[in-house]
Amino acid sequence: MITAFVEPFEALFNLQRALEARLASDWLQDQTTSQGPFPPINVFQQGSDLLAIIELPGIDKSSLQVEAKENTIRIAGKKAVAYPDGVSVHRRERVAGEFDRTISLPVDLKPDGIKAEYRDGILALYLPRSERDKPRTITIS
Amino acid sequence: MSPQELQVQKKREQDGKEEGTIPVRTFLPPADIYEDRDSLKVLLEMPGVEKGNVNVHVEDGVLFVESRLDLAKYRGLQPLYTEYNIGNYSRSFRLSNAIDQDKIAAELKDGVLSLTLQKAEKAKPRTIQIS
Repeated sequence: MITAFVEPFEALFNLQRALEARLASDWLQDQTTSQGPFPPINVFQQGSDLLAIIELPGIDKSSLQVEAKENTIRIAGKKAVAYPDGVSVHRRERVAGEFDRTISLPVDLKPDGIKAEYRDGILALYLPRSERDKPRTITIS
Repeated sequence: MSPQELQVQKKREQDGKEEGTIPVRTFLPPADIYEDRDSLKVLLEMPGVEKGNVNVHVEDGVLFVESRLDLAKYRGLQPLYTEYNIGNYSRSFRLSNAIDQDKIAAELKDGVLSLTLQKAEKAKPRTIQIS
């Protein structure tokens, strides 16, 4: 196999494959929450912290609410698809409505350190883990 | 209008096209098309797409909208739990003669691309002088 050609695309291919593989993940299995409700969320690990990426195109930022407790996050808002009066609709594929989703994570978070950023239709939540929850190295004497 | 329950839309993957050389998925962005007096408006939902990564062009009467995935945002991230996949977006529409293909305006805000297609002026009747 010629690895020289595969190298630049390997990162992308591995990412897509990893995303597919975790579609059936049982990470939230023993929580009360699970997948299904809108909006779909992807959770990534960045170092020891978590990063949740949610696709929410065309959201009115003022209606977006993000709340966090130790290990649950609540995202609520309104997705509006507004048409001016007097138009004739040819095709309608976008969904609109209100959403309110709670997701509980199997790790403890630091509620004060959570940052939310909404840009280009993507809501990114930086979720730092609480100090208690971080793994501690134990020296062997 | 009573608020309805939002359903998760599974991303539609493009099919029947030629394969790319890069193994990245291409999805069809959901589109709303509506018509008012002077123009046709096309709204495409492409979350995560920035202005520099989207390409709108008209070729042979077909409107193409293509966007590339920006992998830089995902560098160093390990997927833990995923509910959707990411990829490029691509969609094309055949335009009728009623559209003025030189006057297409595009605007990208919050991951929604709005295209305004002006309707062509109706061919004005021309009187022909008889010499």
